[in-house]
Amino acid sequence: MKVLSLIPVIAIGFLLIWAAQDFPEWGDVNSPASKAAVSNHFIGNTGVDTEVPNMVTAVLADYRGFDTMFETVVVFIAGMAVLAILKGSVKGNAKRKDHEVDNEPDLIVTNTVRLIIPVIQIFAFYVLAHGHVSPGGGFQGGVLMGASFILIALSWDLEKALSRFPVEKCMLVAALGILLYAGIGLLSMFLGGEFLDYAELEKVLPVSREMARYHAMLGVEIGVGFTVTAIMFVLYANLASEGRLKEGL
Amino acid sequence: MPETNMISELLVERLNYCIYVVLLLIGLWAMLAKRNLIKKLIGMSIFQTAIILFYVSIAVKDEATIPIYLPEHDPHGNHAELPDDAEVSESGKVQHRPVILDREAAKKYSNPLPHVLMLTAIVVGVATLGLALALCQRIYRGYGTIEEDVLLDKLERVDERASISPIEKRRQNARRKRSRQKAKAKSITQSVSRSSSKESKTTGKSSSSKPKPKRKPVAKGKKPVNKPSEKSKPESVKSKK
Amino acid sequence: MIGLELFNTFILLLLVVAAVASLWVKDLLVSAVVFGVYSFLMCLLWAEMGAVDVAFTEATVGAGISTVVLVATIFNLRRKSND
Repeated sequence: MKVLSLIPVIAIGFLLIWAAQDFPEWGDVNSPASKAAVSNHFIGNTGVDTEVPNMVTAVLADYRGFDTMFETVVVFIAGMAVLAILKGSVKGNAKRKDHEVDNEPDLIVTNTVRLIIPVIQIFAFYVLAHGHVSPGGGFQGGVLMGASFILIALSWDLEKALSRFPVEKCMLVAALGILLYAGIGLLSMFLGGEFLDYAELEKVLPVSREMARYHAMLGVEIGVGFTVTAIMFVLYANLASEGRLKEGL
Repeated sequence: MPETNMISELLVERLNYCIYVVLLLIGLWAMLAKRNLIKKLIGMSIFQTAIILFYVSIAVKDEATIPIYLPEHDPHGNHAELPDDAEVSESGKVQHRPVILDREAAKKYSNPLPHVLMLTAIVVGVATLGLALALCQRIYRGYGTIEEDVLLDKLERVDERASISPIEKRRQNARRKRSRQKAKAKSITQSVSRSSSKESKTTGKSSSSKPKPKRKPVAKGKKPVNKPSEKSKPESVKSKK
Repeated sequence: MIGLELFNTFILLLLVVAAVASLWVKDLLVSAVVFGVYSFLMCLLWAEMGAVDVAFTEATVGAGISTVVLVATIFNLRRKSND
């Protein structure tokens, strides 16, 4: 089997290496991807259209907002699917085969974590809110926020983390994030534009059209952050405890 | 001579493209050949990052900076050099308007579009990885293994049991009843000789159905007394044909 | 410029080593941790290429959450792998 599977692998590798000779030069300014009108449009017009310095955030949340919305929905669906797959798969207490767990939380670990979790969460908010001018945004901030809850679960136990952020609330927050995203899109639709056409929000915000897009992007990123935070924690909580939501890692 | 030139060009000038191909192949091979499901998933993730590496590679431009505006193009930055159409407002504050960058200026920034596409791909990738791991845990609970070959053996055994159609089952049940009645009526020695003849039949059938040679002795070892189930197997083979 | 290219080459070769190693080892826990190393090397490479947002996402998601989720799963399954 291992030898047999080498045949397609080598065939594909040969084809790809062959194709690699036709790729543009390394760092070529005039390569097709860099010469394309659409990417030059994004580089040139982001500052004028949205006043956002970070082009990646602007393209992510504004120009390609529809795409990002459904990516968020995909993350949400994955979280729901993990819940549905693992719920009730194990009855009672599972036996561990290879690992013995000491249930007593370690003093040094818990105190260190107590110190660094507020820092992580503030950094998550910073990344989320500062995504317009520096690397960052909803996805990264949300993952950092979810990681802080996972850290609680790792250093104490899963019950403690779940008492802070129960799974029901997680799914509520995740749905709220998508609703926030879609709500901003619908609001701009009701104000006379198209779906996710943030510029129309100038009618309700006391700012110019460009700054309306800027602030609507922040709202959208917060929605993405909500969903990603909740789903990352749900993923961990379910996978660590096989859906029983207790006695996790 | 041109061949060595080509290889050196591939290995020196386009090492990124080469490594992306190598990583992609490693991931693909792991997905095909590794038998452990977790290893397969790690291979899938390597495959995915290889493709992301390719996308990020084509976004690179020489002498370009990251896709965040430099201070002179930043809509909110303090401009060192103001554009020509800057106007001074009544309050005396310098008002600057962001300008549309032309192609020459756009060459200073690397291409943001592949970055955007890949950023969402990474997050969706971890969501799919979580889903796949949940399925792995479920499989482990159901079958007690995540090794593919062991799992396939077990699945085949389960399939054998489940692949009989309801009509077939009813017919078998009827036959079972009849045979039981006959067995009651006849003497023990006769039934033994009959079952032995039947067994020779079943072994003949199972040798014709190649992919499950292992199954027979195991099932026999488990329940040697249960003749009807043994009888049902050649039927199922027949119905498959 | 030469320094950056050397860095690039070094990371690229380490990437292949990490990818092969994470598939080579029989202990799945080691495999998951080496995969985290692989993700972080990838993150370094992208940061060097100027894709800062992608690198940041990979550092948080690939090296952080993926590894934790993999370790959590392996904790519930068998740790040894046959190949």
